Amino acid sequence: MTVDSQATRPPAISARAVTRRFPGVIANDKVSLDVMPGQIHGLLGENGSGKTTLCKMLTGLYRPDEGEILIDGKPVELRSPSDAFEYGIFMVQQHFSLIDSLTVAENLVLGWTPHSQMRFDRKQAEREVAEAAEKFNIQVDSSAYVWQLSVGERQRVEILRALYRGARILILDEPTTALVPQECDELFASMASLAGSDHSIIFISHKLREVMTCCDYVTVLRHGQRVGTVEMTEESRQPRRLAQLMVGREVVLERKTATTARDQGDAVLELAGVSAANDFGRLRVNDVSLSVHAGEIVGIAGVAGNGQVELAEAISGLRRRTAGEITVGGKTVRNHDPRSAIRAGLAYIPEDRLGVGLAPGLTITDNIMLKSFGGKAYSKGPFLSHRKARARTDELLERFGVKGKADDLVRELSGGNAQKVLLARELSDEPAALVIASPTRGLDVAAIESVRELLVKVAADGAGILLISEDLDEVLDLSDRIAVMYEGKIMGVLDREGAELDELGMLMAGIEVAA
Amino acid sequence: MIRFEKRLHTPRWLTVGVPFMALVIALLFAAIVLLVTGHSPIETYAKMFEASVTNTGAFSASLTNATPLLFTGLCAAAAFRMRLWNIGGEGQLYAGAVAASGAGLLLGGSGAGVAVPVMIVAGMAAGAAWGAIPGILRAYLHTNEILTSLMLNYIAGLGMYYLIFDSSSYWRELESPSAKVFPEGKILSSTEWWPALHLGSVTVPLGLVIGIAFAAGLFVLYRATRFGFKIRVVADSPTAGRYAGLPTKRLVVAVMLISGALAGIGGASQIGDFTHSLDPVGLEGAAYGYTGIVVAALARLNPLGAIASALFLGALASAGLQLQGQLFPVGLVGIIEGIVLFCMVGSEILFRYRIRLRLSRRGRGAVVASEAAATAPATGTTSAAIVEGVQQ
Repeated sequence: MTVDSQATRPPAISARAVTRRFPGVIANDKVSLDVMPGQIHGLLGENGSGKTTLCKMLTGLYRPDEGEILIDGKPVELRSPSDAFEYGIFMVQQHFSLIDSLTVAENLVLGWTPHSQMRFDRKQAEREVAEAAEKFNIQVDSSAYVWQLSVGERQRVEILRALYRGARILILDEPTTALVPQECDELFASMASLAGSDHSIIFISHKLREVMTCCDYVTVLRHGQRVGTVEMTEESRQPRRLAQLMVGREVVLERKTATTARDQGDAVLELAGVSAANDFGRLRVNDVSLSVHAGEIVGIAGVAGNGQVELAEAISGLRRRTAGEITVGGKTVRNHDPRSAIRAGLAYIPEDRLGVGLAPGLTITDNIMLKSFGGKAYSKGPFLSHRKARARTDELLERFGVKGKADDLVRELSGGNAQKVLLARELSDEPAALVIASPTRGLDVAAIESVRELLVKVAADGAGILLISEDLDEVLDLSDRIAVMYEGKIMGVLDREGAELDELGMLMAGIEVAA
Repeated sequence: MIRFEKRLHTPRWLTVGVPFMALVIALLFAAIVLLVTGHSPIETYAKMFEASVTNTGAFSASLTNATPLLFTGLCAAAAFRMRLWNIGGEGQLYAGAVAASGAGLLLGGSGAGVAVPVMIVAGMAAGAAWGAIPGILRAYLHTNEILTSLMLNYIAGLGMYYLIFDSSSYWRELESPSAKVFPEGKILSSTEWWPALHLGSVTVPLGLVIGIAFAAGLFVLYRATRFGFKIRVVADSPTAGRYAGLPTKRLVVAVMLISGALAGIGGASQIGDFTHSLDPVGLEGAAYGYTGIVVAALARLNPLGAIASALFLGALASAGLQLQGQLFPVGLVGIIEGIVLFCMVGSEILFRYRIRLRLSRRGRGAVVASEAAATAPATGTTSAAIVEGVQQ
């Protein structure tokens, strides 16, 4: 894009000091944003920083309490999403809104049929969609059924639909969440080509690396306020700088050295030929053998839904194994018996923190003693000692830096604090092995950092950790070895030192790599 | 527009404030009905108060009514606490009554000192066994305990009828002249009748005292023991319970045993305290088991609260009984009782939600948020007890 042509043109869309209040909170406080035609503008912020609220105002779902929205320099009033459509503003949600049983072309023209007749001309629709795909350089098969498509392809269809309907300003809400690395790269390429044809894109993300890769400008929001807008030049493309803006202080990222020099001890968690089925009886974990040694972090990488959740549940005893043996600290764990796993010294932090790992309607104290309330530490005869439990809880809250009081209900805690309560309980008994799934999902940058530091420390203290995460960066940052899971199988185990992103991506997509 | 907003915290004063305001509002609504039908509300309410509290013997009658309701209320509260919807209190009470009357008849003259504990144990055991059936089915076969416990009520009821009307069972009186005309249960010898406490002019049934003791026991069990902790965990999140290695299936059965046993003592108390013989028609007509669900709901599943709500419903029943007469049809009594229960049970929602009144279109203009102390939600009216302005 050329700089001088932009200087004379008004921004494609801008927000001027928009404020939006909800009872008790100011979700957006005098936020301003200018997105030029042909610009990819990143919107970066922790959870609850107001990214979504801002975009909902830009798409007419909310109306600003104060401030105004301008399109091509003219103030507009967006009363509803359909008003926003008319100005060419479209948002692609995290959860797709395509109908599986229809074809791509049918999905695109659905509710938007330019044909006024009653009869639906499938051939014409397919032709139009194919033309649009060619025009915008987005590869999709217009006659394919949506259920046949991969996640990345579905996303392309979503984007194509917006373009087909005349979008000039696209808002992408965390579009990379479910994509493998190659698909991300394809998405970034499409975005760049759209920007080349004068489309404006607002790209919402948590992930610094992506924002740095694909955006021209980045606006950082924190606590509903705009912290700053940064042009992405060579020197500003530094994760540290943006992370600092996001959190408001310096954070430590990319600690790639800490984990390598660790002594590898005895195997504390061993899986031998473990298989398990999902709730519908389909085999989701297929003959998995793996061992985790004391002091080691083994990461399981993979696209969501390839059996990682079922594997974690099978290890913890929540899910019945159809085959295989599991030992923790040398002790055999009985099948489908969480108590046996707990006794053997297994700590388990499930992906679903509230509802599985924690009882959300109970207090922090209750949750802290969830697994050990029967021991002498908390009870006297048949009675529980609330005094002892409180004292222990206060101590753990302090030690793990949880912001909350012993009597607070767990469901009122933020994601980060809930995760810390869970970690406090699971780690306070010095487990032999820890299985942890998506440890930082939904947490803000500060909480992510403290959780990751804790994991490294726990491993250094001699526990073996099996880390299951869809966030590849996280697996790469923390793991000594990386096992890639695809359709229930372990595709390969790589040492972190030699792991190439490309190779990992291929394994995650199910492509065998010659060793 | 009226909107319900979830509360994060439930202020303590609501525990007393909401039911009290609900009662006041119910009485206001009922007053309209009374005025329309040509009765004086003040006079009617005065009469109701006299009939349930101040008249000679009125308070004793209220206590008598409250006794079985306390047991079935505890039965419901014990199970509902764990989100087990045992609505089989009715059948479990029948089972307790059958076993306790059988035990009482067998003892024949050994005195209250033996009869009271034996009948209680017999009633508990039978109630627990009847409650265990839906519990086991639920825990191990995933059947719906609402349906199974309800159906078992009919089975227990018909079983009771069989004992008295359709067989020459041990329970049936076959000798006396009146029994030859109309079938009835054998009457326990008076040595097995449970003694009552006389406090001045008020008679307190022994069953009520026992019930209060069990309410306190249940309160402690659920609040302070390891067992109660497990129940709390499983009630809040069964998955978290399984995750923590709790034996969730056995807990389901245990809670159903406790729940059924409580209703079973209610059955024993009916025999020992009041009827002294097995009376299927009376028991079925009273429907203590179903009213117990209302008792538990009013008490918000708190065992100690169940004492208060059982007394309240007992008093309401006495008042209703006295009120009806030539000028005051039974139907009208039912309407008043219905309005009171509807408002009091319906107001439960205010513990979890706040009511916001929005006097605006499309989110513009003045917004008035009101925290209603009590209301009958379905009628669409709100009492704006506290109006808090929204910062604009």
